[in-house]
Amino acid sequence: MAKTFQKPQALSSTPTHYCPGCTHGVIHRLVAETIDELAIRGRTVGIAPVGCAVLAYNYIDCDFQEAAHGRAPAMATGIKRVRPDLIVFTYQGDGDLASIGMGEIVHAANRGEKFTTIFVNNAIYGMTGGQMAPTTMPGQRTTTSPFGRKTAEVGMPIRVAELLGSLVTPAFITRQTVIRPKYIQKTKKAIRQAFTYQMENRCFSFVEVVSTCPTNWGMTPQEAIQWTEDVLLPYYPLGDVKTPPEEEPAHAK
Amino acid sequence: MSKVLMKGNEAIAEAAIRAGCLNYFAYPITPQSEVAEYLAWRMQEVNGVFLQGESEVAVSYMIFGAAGAGVRVFTTSSSPGISLMSEAISYLCGAQLPAVFVNIMRGGPGLGGILPSQGDYLQATKGIGHGDCRLFVMAPEGVQEAAEMVMRAFPLAEKYRNPVMILGDGLIGQMMEPVEFPDHLKSVPSNKNTWATNGMDHRKSKTRNLVRSLFLDSQILNNNNLILRDKYERMKKEDVCFEAYNTEGDYRILIVAYGTMSRVCKTAIATLKEQGIDVGLIRPQTLFPYPEAAVREAARKESCRHVLCIEMSMGQMVEDVERSVLGARPVKWYGKCGGDVPTPEEIIELVKSTLALHKSY
Repeated sequence: MAKTFQKPQALSSTPTHYCPGCTHGVIHRLVAETIDELAIRGRTVGIAPVGCAVLAYNYIDCDFQEAAHGRAPAMATGIKRVRPDLIVFTYQGDGDLASIGMGEIVHAANRGEKFTTIFVNNAIYGMTGGQMAPTTMPGQRTTTSPFGRKTAEVGMPIRVAELLGSLVTPAFITRQTVIRPKYIQKTKKAIRQAFTYQMENRCFSFVEVVSTCPTNWGMTPQEAIQWTEDVLLPYYPLGDVKTPPEEEPAHAK
Repeated sequence: MSKVLMKGNEAIAEAAIRAGCLNYFAYPITPQSEVAEYLAWRMQEVNGVFLQGESEVAVSYMIFGAAGAGVRVFTTSSSPGISLMSEAISYLCGAQLPAVFVNIMRGGPGLGGILPSQGDYLQATKGIGHGDCRLFVMAPEGVQEAAEMVMRAFPLAEKYRNPVMILGDGLIGQMMEPVEFPDHLKSVPSNKNTWATNGMDHRKSKTRNLVRSLFLDSQILNNNNLILRDKYERMKKEDVCFEAYNTEGDYRILIVAYGTMSRVCKTAIATLKEQGIDVGLIRPQTLFPYPEAAVREAARKESCRHVLCIEMSMGQMVEDVERSVLGARPVKWYGKCGGDVPTPEEIIELVKSTLALHKSY
């Protein structure tokens, strides 16, 4: 009998440390499936962030470097510049990428670095225990915004995909989610597209994945999915923000 | 190869290429920007990698990424920029990655000034980053030695899998001197397949490599620190470097100085010699590991009455001198910072006033 479904080779058998209802596991699997399908495990280097996914290398089985908080895009730049033949991806959360690492991601995207970023946005700091992030929603209660995010004091949540999409340098920028099977299929396609653009040496590629954090949101997994759909997705709309032009623009030549 | 007249910063840049390092990331800062300006065109000639990063913070992690991928890589900066890189240096030590940092020091604290200084001695040798990390630190006294130390830095970084720093003051970077790049200091990168994330296919391996500094288990973290400590102890045994100058005679005063300051001291020592006053000099070439034994032995010479530590700072290396002399002789510090280098005349005066303290003179 033919095998129709199995664990990707790039996914280890280690049980994850993620909380029930967390979507990191699904996203890890999609990355691992993509690495398998594109047959690039032997030349892929992942970069783990500081955040819940700091131990991503325990689950995704390829060469890995562990970053300081927010610095993954600079490390990816270093690797990719000296070894353009390697496939390099960063896997970062919203505290890591949108707060402390905002400078690094903007400049890496603007230079058009040929690596891929998987940006897991769950609107909160997970690993440190549920503090407010730049992506936390207005009124959202966290341990450092116990009365709800006050936008008059700390501004509105940052839409990173749109922000990066505003850069003139060609790029593939998309926002997806994995809270329902129909979305998971689209996210898989987007991640595969992102890695493919990198393999074609086309552009910087960025997949934001709107994700859940039931533990720090104080919700059940089902409530978290519903809240994502009702509150996060209207503010963080899904779809491609930017795709690279078919013709290489003059300034990139 | 014949001698060429070069600015220190340019010689440092060229020396890295001659050493076989074709990867450079940097951010502009006075007084070392000529390194980046030189390599911006020179790396293209040798088909190397040159990238100006958006900040010293980002640059230091580009260095981390490239070092982790198993290539020779280096950066150059000056004092405030090195402070920004110190986080990554700690991570490099923790993850045991080889890389070379050049600090062409300027005055501080804060924005300080842009003139030469030796104010980063303690930062480089004792407090470069959080956690139990150490840099291997070398201090050149001129352009020729700066070039040679850069060429030696890469194999040393690879020997210890630890970052190495060339600590020069602004004068070393800015002055022009004849320099020759010795062929015998060319070296090839050591085998990195056991730890570098250079791709499993590339190293024909079925198992992946991890570059990391996170060890949540207390025993594993302690073990990692024991490995690092062993390396730092090995540096002290195998790679201490210093110059003993005019130490054959019966000097009553011993000077300890490094970098530009040691050259000024040599001028003063030559003048004093003409006046019949013998002064010895120990010039540390490695600041970590520190030539403790050499300083101690030179200070304990029977004729020696006093040790002078002369620095372009408010007194930093003097702590290592005192630690080395262990109270066997009195140690006096003299120095200036802000960019004014103590002159030979000041040093001659200092030597004479110190001698006057000892009745036997």
